[in-house]
Parts: sequence; structure tokens; C-alpha cells
Amino acid sequence: MVLRVMPGDPVSSMLGGHAPEKVIEQKKQELGLNRPLPIQYLDYLWQVCRLDLGDSMVFKQRVTKAIAEKLPATIELSIFGILITLFLGVFLGAYAADKRRKVQDYVIRLYGIVVYCIPVYWMGLMLQLIFGIWFDVLPIAGRTGPRVFASTFEKTGLYVLDTILVRDFSALGDVLIHLILPAFTLGLVLSGIFIRLTRANMLDVLKADYITAAEARGIPHSKIVYKHALKNAFIPILTMMGLQIALLMAGAVLTETTFSWPGMGRLLLERIYLRDYPTIQGVIIIIALVVATASLIVDIIYAIVDPRVRY
Amino acid sequence: MKTILDIENLTVNFPINIGTVRAVEDVSLKLEEGEVMGLVGESGCGKSTLGFSILRLLRPPGRIVKGRILYHGQDIVQMSEREILSLRGRKIAMIFQDPLTSLNPLFRIDQQFIETLLTHEKRLGKKTAFTRAEKMLESLGISPERLLEYPHQMSGGMRQRIMIGMGLILNPDLLIADEPTTSLDVIVEAQFLDLLNELRKQFNLTIILITHNLGNVAQLADRITVMYGGTLMEVGEANDIFDNPLHPYTQGLLSSIPNIKLDQPELKIMPGSPPDLVNPPSGCVFHPRCPYVKEICKVRKPEISQKDGRLVRCWLYG
Amino acid sequence: MRYSPAAGMARVISSFTGLGKKYGLEWWILVIGAFIILAIITMALFSSSIAPFSPYDQNTGSQLAPPGGEHLMGTDNLQRDVWSRIVHGSRTILRVAVLAAIMSSIIGITLGLISGFSGGFFDRVTSLIMDSVYSFPGLILAIAFAAMLGPGVINITLAVSVIYIPTYFRLVRGQTLAIKEELYVEAAKAIGASGFTILWKYIFPNVIATTVVVFTLNVADAIMIEAALTYLGLGLPPSIVDWGMDLAMGKKFLPSGQWWLITFPGAMISLLALGFTMLGEGLAEILNPRLLER
Repeated sequence: MVLRVMPGDPVSSMLGGHAPEKVIEQKKQELGLNRPLPIQYLDYLWQVCRLDLGDSMVFKQRVTKAIAEKLPATIELSIFGILITLFLGVFLGAYAADKRRKVQDYVIRLYGIVVYCIPVYWMGLMLQLIFGIWFDVLPIAGRTGPRVFASTFEKTGLYVLDTILVRDFSALGDVLIHLILPAFTLGLVLSGIFIRLTRANMLDVLKADYITAAEARGIPHSKIVYKHALKNAFIPILTMMGLQIALLMAGAVLTETTFSWPGMGRLLLERIYLRDYPTIQGVIIIIALVVATASLIVDIIYAIVDPRVRY
Repeated sequence: MKTILDIENLTVNFPINIGTVRAVEDVSLKLEEGEVMGLVGESGCGKSTLGFSILRLLRPPGRIVKGRILYHGQDIVQMSEREILSLRGRKIAMIFQDPLTSLNPLFRIDQQFIETLLTHEKRLGKKTAFTRAEKMLESLGISPERLLEYPHQMSGGMRQRIMIGMGLILNPDLLIADEPTTSLDVIVEAQFLDLLNELRKQFNLTIILITHNLGNVAQLADRITVMYGGTLMEVGEANDIFDNPLHPYTQGLLSSIPNIKLDQPELKIMPGSPPDLVNPPSGCVFHPRCPYVKEICKVRKPEISQKDGRLVRCWLYG
Repeated sequence: MRYSPAAGMARVISSFTGLGKKYGLEWWILVIGAFIILAIITMALFSSSIAPFSPYDQNTGSQLAPPGGEHLMGTDNLQRDVWSRIVHGSRTILRVAVLAAIMSSIIGITLGLISGFSGGFFDRVTSLIMDSVYSFPGLILAIAFAAMLGPGVINITLAVSVIYIPTYFRLVRGQTLAIKEELYVEAAKAIGASGFTILWKYIFPNVIATTVVVFTLNVADAIMIEAALTYLGLGLPPSIVDWGMDLAMGKKFLPSGQWWLITFPGAMISLLALGFTMLGEGLAEILNPRLLER
């Protein structure tokens, strides 16, 4: 687990090293940047452990605060993205395994390969074009519409949750509509991987003895595929999910820029343009933490779902 | 004695990329109510395929190409999906070789029982189903508390008994047991066979016991069917066959069992190897290994002849 | 011996379909992939001849013209012909992606071989670093590198190549570890073969088949990352013709419905990535049908 947090560090140390060139002598003294690099690095690590990510170089803002404002947006988008990926990926994969070697199987597999090659942001732009401009049914930017003010319900930053808590259902509707296109964009592209994974696992599981035994007991075919087989195939898929969080984060960055979604991805890019190093470092560390935590959660879920691991 | 299952000229093929595997060739068999029929032969002789075909559990590319399987007058081969689903588990049940892999590891035992019960008797409530499962476990000598466990928490012998339990829970007429003792150790095997005998009497079951283990068959079977290379070789009363095997293959089979009482300098084996089912030998499929082979054996497949109340497929007798 | 061109063609076609029957779907996927790649490579190599205008020409006569007539794919807001920009853009993306993949593979494979073979401290440290990089989102790492290094073809190639090194490393290291234990390597050691000889003669050839597959998929990924970086405005200066950048520029005109500015560059990125992916997938299934299920 700790290992996975490390990746943020090589990058941040390099970025940290880049900064001194841009800062005038006085500032340098003040910020202690003229100390040897390893000392700066250790100092920074200590800061991080105390959850202090420093101050933004560009704005008068604590980095932690800046990130905390934007993090929920990314999390919300990611969750809905994952849901779509899972639904699409798992069910299409199971369906393809069931219809093995028939037309549906080949079509779904082809879809799986093609979808992965479509850049997330292009998918986003095309969806915006089709649904936002040509058909004009869905919004293409932001988390809320013009007449909805987030301040009226914002508590956790997860708007779907917040609007439910405050029972503002028209706002809920607005928030959900704004989620549709970005979540689909994010979810569709990753679904290809899951389709292939589910299909492969399902094909293996369907060969198992307990499947034949269940058939011998007269259990209808659809139940066998979608209950017996799928539950068994699902477990390795869960583990794979953990690995895909990284891809999800990357996709989130691209999706956020395309949909003007006020999340961490956009924050990262903003600050890169502004050369705001502390914030950049902070974001990267948070991302590394998110990836590591997600893997941990997946391991825990694995233990819950598979009874063999428990005993 | 009523005929409960009538298999007529069953032929099953597996078309694969190198050719077509003729797994079961023109097999006809009648099963009497209440008897235990031992279906014996070496690996690959088609006995398991025959067993699977009865419930139409063949995996693609396996296909029934010819023949009828009559159960209470209805042809199983021609049945609709719905009809066959209601047959499986309820009228005809099947248990398999490895009980660990035959039980879904992610579901509790009671869940698996209840599912089976509710699939066939939809009006039954979960509670009633649970009670039925409890009773079944008791009659199998297993404490009902174990219903709440998962398959991997039990021993092999116990799992096999659970398998039987699930097979018999709906009181079927016929039980097909595919190599049920192969994965059990000898002591558990003996217990299992005793249990099977008990249950057979208790539930008035007809059993097809598919096995390559002649010992099982000797203990339990009323009649024996010997298969080789997808073809029926000999059918008859178990005692008769053991005392006086007619078919050369059966003779070879029985004499290769080591006998502790005899003073055997070396084990008798049958020369040659099992036939290639994609390109089977011409004529009688056993002729390359038969000690009594005649010219006609190489050319024409023998018809089934009746002798001493038995069926034999051999030119020696027909 | 004389062959008529018709007979020659017939022989080529029959050997194609013969292999097709043997391997089924995978073969055709491979063929299609290869075809796409070759088409785009041709486009890149002969871009000056194929493109009707210069990609920088801001006087083609019409501004924001929809596709049709003189301009197959329309023009952008600076009167540049989109089709010409597409054609020239293929050079940039291919150059960066292929070069990055080559760099990744050389470094990754070498490190993997050494690490797997020698083991010990070096192996542990390198594996640790590689695992960290591997589990971190590639794109974000690339963004960080690109931001750090600044714009430029070399810089972006470097940024893209770093991401994939761990993939080669892990693959090769794993295989090296496995082969190292094989008996024939023991035998070779017994007769005095040096470490290097063993690496070169025994381990490397086994590793090549899977590496080739990974390479094609690497190029596909590199294409996606390169385009993503330029879309975000990092990595290349606006003076270079690039599909990703065109997408970014075209994005501004989306609300006014000028779809051709984003549709074509994006489609080309997808197509090129798809070509390499299909090539890789087809190769993978044919070379090792055991590993990948059917």
C-alpha cells in the first residue's frame, strides 16, 4: 500500500526541484528553497503526513482547501462512471459469453476493442455534439444548470447525495441530468476492458462442474448464466476494478476538461498552466492516495464477497 | 417389471476440427423400474456421454444425431426446452464425480437446496423448502446445522452425500450417478455405496451407476451393461456376467482385476489401446484387441444376439 | 519462370484466405489492422503529395466551410484545409508514438532482462520503482512530465515513453525469472556459458514473441497519450500540425455546430489507435492461442 503512494513522490520531488529557478532570491530564503534538495523533500513528506500540503504559489489559498473544494466533484463523476462501466461491461460481457461464437458475441467483442481506442475526450465532444447541440436534450457543461445554486444544498460536495439530504428533488434532477453525458463518456470507454474480462471469466466459469450440476437440477438457463456463473466470474473482475481506478483517474482528467467539470482534473491542468507547483504536487499526491485507497477497498470487498477467503 | 427408460439406437457425435468423434454408436438399452444398472467400461467408451445424453446435458459441439430416449412414452430427444427443464432434477436426477467442484462455492448449502426446490415447486415457501432440506440432511446422516455452511467447509464424503440429497430432494424416479465414487477414498466409498443402496430401497429409485470400477458394480448392480468404443458389448444380470462373461472384452475386463486369492505370476492385461473414435476400426470396434478375432470381425459389425437371457454383440454368438 | 500478374495476385489472395481459414477471425482482424496502419503510414510518408493544400496555408479561400467541394473535410477558422492538416498530422503522431514505443521497449526490456536475471538488491529496487510507476495513472504521469519538460517533439516523446517502460519491464522480468529456472539454462551454465550468452541465446528469443505484441499495443497507447497531451495543450507548440491540437482548437466551435473540426481529427486518432490495436490483438491470438482465451 505504501509503495503505491510513492509514485507521487518521484514526480513531486522533480517538480519541487524545478521551482527554485522561478523564484527570486528573497522568496527563496523565505521558503527555505535554498536548502539541499533531499532536506526539502523530507520536509515536504513530513508536511504531507500532517495533511499540510502547503500554500498555493499563485493564489492566496491553502492547497488542501483548493483540493478539498474540487475533490467531491471528481469523486461523484468517477462513481457514476464506474457504475456505467460495470453495468455495461459486466452484462455485455456475460451476454457475449452466453452467445459464444454467435453474431452477438462477435459484435460485442468488436465493440470492446473499438471503444477502447476512442479517445475519452473525443467521445465526450461527439456526445456533446449529438446530444447537446444537434438534439439539444442534455447539457454539455458544469454540474448544475443556470437556475440552480449549489450553495443552497452543498454539504458534502457530492451533489446527488446533498440534494437528496435536503430533499430538493428538482435540484436533484438537474444535477443528475448534468451527470449523464460526462459519466457516460467516462464509463463507455472503460467498458471495453470489462467486457473482455467478464467474457473471459464467464467462459471459464461456464465450463465448471457446478454449472452442469445446476443444469442437471433443472435450473433455467438465464438463471444459470446470470446468477450462478456471473457471481463466480465477478470476483476476479472486482480485483481488476482496483487496477482500473488509475485509468479512471486519467479519464476523469480528460472528461473534466471537456465538460468544464469543476473537479481535480481541471484543477491540475489549470495550475499547470499557472505553474503553481505546490498545488500540482498536492493534486498528484492526492491522486496517488486515491488509487491506493481504492485498491485497499477492492481487497476488502473481495474478502466480503468470497466466503472462501473468510474462513 | 415396468420399463422406465427405453433408449433406442442412440448415436451421439462430437464434430471437432480434426473430424467427428463417434462417442456413442447405436446404443439401445431398456431400464427396469427399481433396478440398479451398472454402466461399465474404460475411460472414453461413451458411458458418461450416454449418461449426459439422457438429460440432454451434452456440451456443444456434442449432438444427439439419431435415436430416441423414451421416458414414460415421451421422447426426451424431441422434448421442448420447458419440458426438459421440468424433467431435470424432478423426475430424473444426476450426480457427478467430484462433489467439490459440483457445488457452487459461493452459495450456502441451504440456498442451493431451496433454489432447486423452488424451481420445480414454485408455490412452496422458503420456510417449507428449508424444512424439507433439513429432513433430507437428517436422512443422510448429516446434522441440519450444516445447511448454513458453504461447500468448502465440509469433507469430501459429506459433500457427496449433499449431492445425493440435492438429487433426491424432489423424489425422482431415476438417478444417474456419473462416477460418483472416483474422488472418494475407499472407506468413504463403501459408506457411499451402502447409502445409495439404502436410499434406493427407501425411495424406490432406479439407478444408473456409471463407473469404471467393477467393484462398485459388483456390490450394487442388478444388471450390467458393458460398453467399449461407444458401442454396447454385453448386457445381462450382474451375477451372470461375473460368473460367466460372454463377450471377449468383458472377459478381458474381469480377468485384469487382481485377485488376492489367486496365485498370479503377472497381471493379465489386454493388449492394444482404446480405439480412436474419430477413425474407429472397421467391423467390430474391438477386433484389434480380441483374442478370438475372425475374418468377419474385421469387416462387419456384429449384430446383437441373445444368449442365456443376455445381450451380446459378438460374432462368437451370432 | 514467368508469372503473369493475375496469377501472382491469385496466389497472394489464396494464401491470404488460406491463413484466414486456418486462424479464423483473428487473422482478418490482423489484416485489417495492418491495412489501416499501412494506409496511414503511406499518408504520412507522402503527405506533401497527397494533401491538396499546405497545412499552414491560411488563404484557401473559405473560412469555417463545411466539408464538400474543394475542401474534403472543410476548413477551420484560419481558412486552413482540414484534410491537409489531417494528412500532415499523421506524421507527427506516428513519429512520436513509434519513437516513444521504441525507446520504452529498449529500456524496459533491457532493465527487465538484467533485473530478472541478476536478482538481488538491484532487482528489488528496480521492481519497486517500476511497480510504483505502473500502478500510477499513466496519463497523469505523462502530463506531469510534459509540463515539466515543456513543449517540443523530443520532450513529448520522452514523456510518452516513460509511461510504458514498466510494462515491458514486468513482462520481460517475469519471463526471465521463469526461463532462468528451466533445465536447459542450468545445463548451459554447467558447460560454462556466461550470463550474457544465456541472456542473449536463451532468454531473449523466448521473450520476443510476447514483446512484439506488447509493442504494437504500446504504440496504440502512445498514440492515445500523445493526442491527449496535445489536446490538453501540453507537449507541442502550436506551430506543429497535430490531430490532438486540432481537436482542442475545434472544440471552441462546437456550440456553433461546426462539427467537421472535431469529428475528423478525433476519428483519425481512433482509427490509427484501432489499427495498431487490431494488429496487436490479432498477433496475440495467433501467436499464443493458449494464453488468450477463445
